[in-house]
Amino acid sequence: MSLIAYYLKKPYTVFKNEILILPSRVAVLAFVLFLLFFPVVTDNPYLLRILILASIYAILSASWDLLSGFTGQMNFGHALFFGVGAYTAALLNLHLGFPPAASIPLGAVAAVIAGLIVGIPCLRLRGTYLALTTLAFPIILLGVVIAVPDLTGGELGVSGLSRLTSSRTGDYYVVTTLMLVLVFIMWKITDSNTGIIFHAIREDEIAVRTAGINTIRYKLLAFCLSGFFAGIAGGLYAHFMRIAGPSTLEVNTSFLVVIYAVFGGVVTIYGPVGSVFILFTVLEFFNFWPEFRMLAFAGIILFTLLFMPEGLLPWLRDKVETKCPRCKVRNIATRNTCRVCMAEFK
Amino acid sequence: MIFDILISGLINGSVLALLAIGFSLIFGVAHIVNIAHTAFYMLASYLIYVCTYRFGLNPVLCMAIAMITVPLIGLVAYKLFIEPIREHEAAVLIATIALAMGFQEVMLIIFSGDYHSVPYLVKGYFSIMGTKIFYQQLLTFGVVLITLGALWFMMMKTRLGLAIRSTAQDREVANLMGMDVSKVAMMTMAVSVFLASIAGAVVAPLMVVSPSMWMTPLILMMAVVVLGGMGSLKGSFVGAYILGFTEALVVFLIPMGAFLKGPVALLIMIFVLILRPEGLYGVSFEEER
Repeated sequence: MSLIAYYLKKPYTVFKNEILILPSRVAVLAFVLFLLFFPVVTDNPYLLRILILASIYAILSASWDLLSGFTGQMNFGHALFFGVGAYTAALLNLHLGFPPAASIPLGAVAAVIAGLIVGIPCLRLRGTYLALTTLAFPIILLGVVIAVPDLTGGELGVSGLSRLTSSRTGDYYVVTTLMLVLVFIMWKITDSNTGIIFHAIREDEIAVRTAGINTIRYKLLAFCLSGFFAGIAGGLYAHFMRIAGPSTLEVNTSFLVVIYAVFGGVVTIYGPVGSVFILFTVLEFFNFWPEFRMLAFAGIILFTLLFMPEGLLPWLRDKVETKCPRCKVRNIATRNTCRVCMAEFK
Repeated sequence: MIFDILISGLINGSVLALLAIGFSLIFGVAHIVNIAHTAFYMLASYLIYVCTYRFGLNPVLCMAIAMITVPLIGLVAYKLFIEPIREHEAAVLIATIALAMGFQEVMLIIFSGDYHSVPYLVKGYFSIMGTKIFYQQLLTFGVVLITLGALWFMMMKTRLGLAIRSTAQDREVANLMGMDVSKVAMMTMAVSVFLASIAGAVVAPLMVVSPSMWMTPLILMMAVVVLGGMGSLKGSFVGAYILGFTEALVVFLIPMGAFLKGPVALLIMIFVLILRPEGLYGVSFEEER
């Protein structure tokens, strides 16, 4: 009997001692609950649409962070993966009649192949060279797409795809749960051994190679993983908007991804996700003055960076939490002693 | 046809060379990837348009105004938004992207998205083998060559040039030798934006002026810099003409070439990089530890 009571009590204790004790974890929990219960409160299609698009861009920005933040392979052409995912899903759906459940994963596979094609020539490049070379790939593909309008619809794009689900609320649940699951997977990847190696490659590639690790394999793996997640985002976008157009491949899309990720804070995974949701909702307020929308966007970014060049969310996190100098465990900033090792904070 | 390709290649190449050298300078000295570089070129074109049409000034005077005002705007933007976050490379990068977007939006709000044009400075043309060659095109080419010559003189023969070159080579040692590195970076920024505004001034009569005109040369300019080798002025010069002529050849010889000119130029860049990862004239340094 006491055993049953123990097992019943355990999740509660874990919940209380591991989640409620840190403001950042409470914030994540609140965010997840908010996303899951939002349609219960309102089913306004406009609001749902904002959150769906934010979720799609959140997957995309987090996948950029996985490649460029963690592995340090500055990718300025992330729109390539997005566009390849979107166009593949769209063409498979329209010409071969694949349902979204099949065309989106296949789009992601195509994006993985695109990741390999980009990754192999880029293995020898680093830093700014890499950034400017990767910028070229989506533009090359965009030129090809516009030059063969019979297959790809040229500047108009491929339109008339089947819907994700039959209702807007259904779309919402598919996209948001997928976003939460994928971001959780990405976060787990960066926390695993592979993630540590990615991190080490960014810090010092030669040292990693000296340690007997095949960095080429890991760099390609990073390109493929990032391509996979971005490809899923592309497929979701195509099926949600029911069109895959050249805008998915434009330079602006690539830049936007970089802006979201750096604004939220790189090398965190949660940073880009948070910043997409913050910037998306803030920008919706500016719909009252549509002409000032992009100007406000640029202004917010410039002025935020002046005060928090590390990114918005890490800055906030450092304000509400401190790291114990002895055992490196995070504590809420109001505590005077560490919650694990009881070391006193000066 | 041959003269079409020749003229178009020379003009494209010259403008690209001006832009790419400016971009390469500021990258070499301060390690800033200045995405907003071509936005300054757009600003200069707009300034010339405003002065000539709205204020009715002499076009040459307008160009002089643009060449003084735009570098000042560049310096202010650098002081306000880039200098405080110099240590964070990623932050600088998106700050320049945001800056470029900001300039575009301001122009869009003031002038709307319409296309504008600026009159030719010198009218008239002559023809060779049925190809019209406008005097304006020759003038553009001449101005670019003179500017590049002056730039070479400044870089090689003056103290400022020496300071810029040595800072680009080794920032720390330049600092130890008593140079004010951040001041050198400021001067380089001014020179680089000045080059962009000259490019804007000579190009404005040949192209349409619109808020999105910074996007097109941006990609090719970066391709030129990477192709020639980061921080190498000679490389940027050679790379600019290679890509300029490639563009012209593709446009005139291949059907649907107007869509493919960018992709073909970028493919060439990628092939060169696969063979020589440091670009044509770039020097591959040992990795900094």
